[in-house]
Amino acid sequence: MDIPIERFTLPNGLTVILSEDHTAPLVAVNLWYHVGSANERHGRTGFAHLFEHMLFQGSADVGANEHFELVQRAGGTLNGSTWLDRTNYFETVPSNQLELALWLEANRMGWLLPAMTQQKLDTQRDVVQNERRWSMDNQPYGTWWERLPALAFPADHPFHHSLIGSMSDLDAASLEDIAQFFATYYTPDNAVLSIAGDFDDAEARTMVERHFSSIPRGAGRPALPDMVVPSTYGGPVREVVTDDVMLPRLFLAARSPVFGSDAYYAASVAAGIIGMRKGSRMYRALVRDQQLAAEAQAFTYDLAKGSDLLVVDVTARPETTVEQLEAAVHAELDAIVETGVTAEEVARVVTMIETDLVASLQSASERADKLSMFATYFGDPGLVNEQAGRYRAVRAEQVNAFLRTRLVRANRATLLYVPREADAATPGNELAMAEAP
Amino acid sequence: MSASIERDASVSTPGSAPAPRPMPTASRSYRFPQFERERLDNGMQLVVAPVTKLPIATVIVIVEAGASAEPTGKEGVAALTARLLPEGAGGLDGAVLAERFECLGASVESHADWDVAAVSLTALTAQLPAALALVRDLLRAPAFPEREVARLKEERLAELLQQRAEPRGLADEQFARALYAPDVRYAAPPDGDAESVRALTRDDVRAFYAARYRPAATTLVIAGDVTVTEARTLADTLFGDWVGELAVPVTTAVDTAQRGRLTRIVSKLDAPQSEVRVGHVGLPRSAPDYFDAMVMNAVLGGLFSSRINLNLREAHGYTYGAFSAFEWRRGSGPFVVSTAVKSDVTGAAVREILGEIERIRRDEIDEEELTLATSYLDGVFPIRYETTAAIAAALANLVVHSLPDDYYDRYRDRVRAVTTHGVLRAAQAHLHPDRMRIVVVGDPSVIATPLGEAAGMTPDVVLPERLERPA
Repeated sequence: MDIPIERFTLPNGLTVILSEDHTAPLVAVNLWYHVGSANERHGRTGFAHLFEHMLFQGSADVGANEHFELVQRAGGTLNGSTWLDRTNYFETVPSNQLELALWLEANRMGWLLPAMTQQKLDTQRDVVQNERRWSMDNQPYGTWWERLPALAFPADHPFHHSLIGSMSDLDAASLEDIAQFFATYYTPDNAVLSIAGDFDDAEARTMVERHFSSIPRGAGRPALPDMVVPSTYGGPVREVVTDDVMLPRLFLAARSPVFGSDAYYAASVAAGIIGMRKGSRMYRALVRDQQLAAEAQAFTYDLAKGSDLLVVDVTARPETTVEQLEAAVHAELDAIVETGVTAEEVARVVTMIETDLVASLQSASERADKLSMFATYFGDPGLVNEQAGRYRAVRAEQVNAFLRTRLVRANRATLLYVPREADAATPGNELAMAEAP
Repeated sequence: MSASIERDASVSTPGSAPAPRPMPTASRSYRFPQFERERLDNGMQLVVAPVTKLPIATVIVIVEAGASAEPTGKEGVAALTARLLPEGAGGLDGAVLAERFECLGASVESHADWDVAAVSLTALTAQLPAALALVRDLLRAPAFPEREVARLKEERLAELLQQRAEPRGLADEQFARALYAPDVRYAAPPDGDAESVRALTRDDVRAFYAARYRPAATTLVIAGDVTVTEARTLADTLFGDWVGELAVPVTTAVDTAQRGRLTRIVSKLDAPQSEVRVGHVGLPRSAPDYFDAMVMNAVLGGLFSSRINLNLREAHGYTYGAFSAFEWRRGSGPFVVSTAVKSDVTGAAVREILGEIERIRRDEIDEEELTLATSYLDGVFPIRYETTAAIAAALANLVVHSLPDDYYDRYRDRVRAVTTHGVLRAAQAHLHPDRMRIVVVGDPSVIATPLGEAAGMTPDVVLPERLERPA
């Protein structure tokens, strides 16, 4: 069930990917800019995401609240998101409104700065600081999003610092920062534009050229520093956080092979065997059999640079102590490293992943996003059609090799949340952390 | 577009002016996927939408066994029963069942909401018959093992405990309690509270199952790569010999009490944000002016570009987002405005929310605002039904709310038929400033005074520790 893929590049460097599907009269437009929080300079944590908000504040020919309004009036959905190493913007619109979506994206890629004002920046700074409060500061365990990468990557690594940013760094962001970030990173040669759904190939090419070809190529970007880290921490890494939570919860991150690499697929299957849904090892052992945990799951971050992370996330039951929780998670991981996995377990996970993949490809928005992702990270959108095969090729021996090398005790960074009321009884509630030498 | 325009654009120099704003081309027609309804001899319903784009299908089995069907004192038994279905059935224990489903690539979900219980899964077409055979065991031969009953009760109690430190869930729960009289089922959480859940027994579950899980109270919805004939054969084979009398019809709680304004702070000291809920008892899904009310809500707070979100987020920067909603149930669910705002602007934010509610009741909206909402709801319609899961859910919605077969075919016309006057009428009929129940999870030392001023009454303050004691 391959999806069709056409690809071309404009003279200004913009990569364009087209994937036709005339099932329904709708079309998805998706832009990935190869910039994320990893590209932020010192003292500007959270800037890539704040900048994403500013891209919805209008451009030369688009008024302050007009971007959302024009798309919604056209019957479309839209949003954007910021990640460690990319930022995406996307709309799905009725197919007769394709050119509107392209025009809006081109207008802000080429002519954003005339619309930027101090007042808009101040308001979006308030909005983003409220987003931080809502998603992290006022949410039980919410800070895990910034604490876990901070544990797993060394202090000078581009993935170490907070994506949403500190309040003081957000306060420091200025219009000059906006202009500089825009000129450096929001250029056609640092972007991939994907169009998926109901369109005519020739018409879409004409529209893309009409709206994007006059946007100048960028002047080059500073390279990211070396992202490679040792394949394990080499020693214990642990942080205990006393917080306004009712139950202990443990996050464990193992460094694992980068997304898209051959070894990644074995790691992804390992994560599934450990914690994908109710048939998984961790759920079965800790939730169902031992009844120490209320919830258990595992997944990979899918980072394509430096190192990926395999994360195990287990929430205790009320009567379970922090020590019991931590010991039980380690024991289960030790057991899987020791005994290995079976071909049946691999098959279970691969079948689930394949079903999820097919289900997701029903949506034009998902198709466009995956095309942009594979083109941005690997220069090859066609990889979207190879994913099922890559997973099916995974053998139990490969999963076991991954487990033996990467899920060892020396590669388990643990982040433990402890209820505030219980902290007196819990040893080591001070920040107890030891990075590998 | 003509070729000359294309050449003009392609020779333009870098940095030149942007191309002008384009106009839409002619729109292509769209029709909601065609489906058929059939009834098996035992009264069980079958709804099938053949969608052949990809080799995949979604199944949703809905049973008239939601929280509204619970006996008094057994709050939470509907959810517990539904969640227990995959924890042992047809001679297999829960762990083996999970493994069987997952080896088919199909994770099964089962839950109960206010109106119905539902078992759902998505699978590749090739695995559908095997997956559906397991679903048959869940529905027809659940074991409800004592151990799993106890475990799921404990997990629900853990979830309730968690909620005491989770401002959003706590705000929702406390808002419902502030809305409905204590004896109305909607006042307590759909999955039950600690007191009711702790008291539930295996016998309660078995009794609820026996009373409610009957073929004539069950509908099998399938959307995906199957024909109606194939679906009918599967249904007949797996469910044709399921017998049982029709369950006693569920009477849905109707809350008729008219309560005045209330302002309540649920204390969370040092909270960096206030979780705000403002609203009152809304109206049932069967309301004759559903479309007027739905479009009115879209303008008020249903869309990103709605009045409340543009005011609180884009004009004031008080919040990451603010929205309003009618919760559509068979009975009158809540109307609620929800947002989380920085603590020191809580009073100002509530004042703006109340002001927007007053304004939409006072002045007829203009045509531009109306068409923003109606053209959005009209245009986005095909985008909502791209997946088999979304199509199956839409069909389940038809069944739950007894909507006619042509409902989705007429939906866009009915949205476009809403007028500015209809919106005003719906706002005046269904929004009641004097009945607003204002519930805020936040720090009383910071918010009590400004909130009291905004609401025009002194808030009462409750402590979450007093709400519910853990075991």
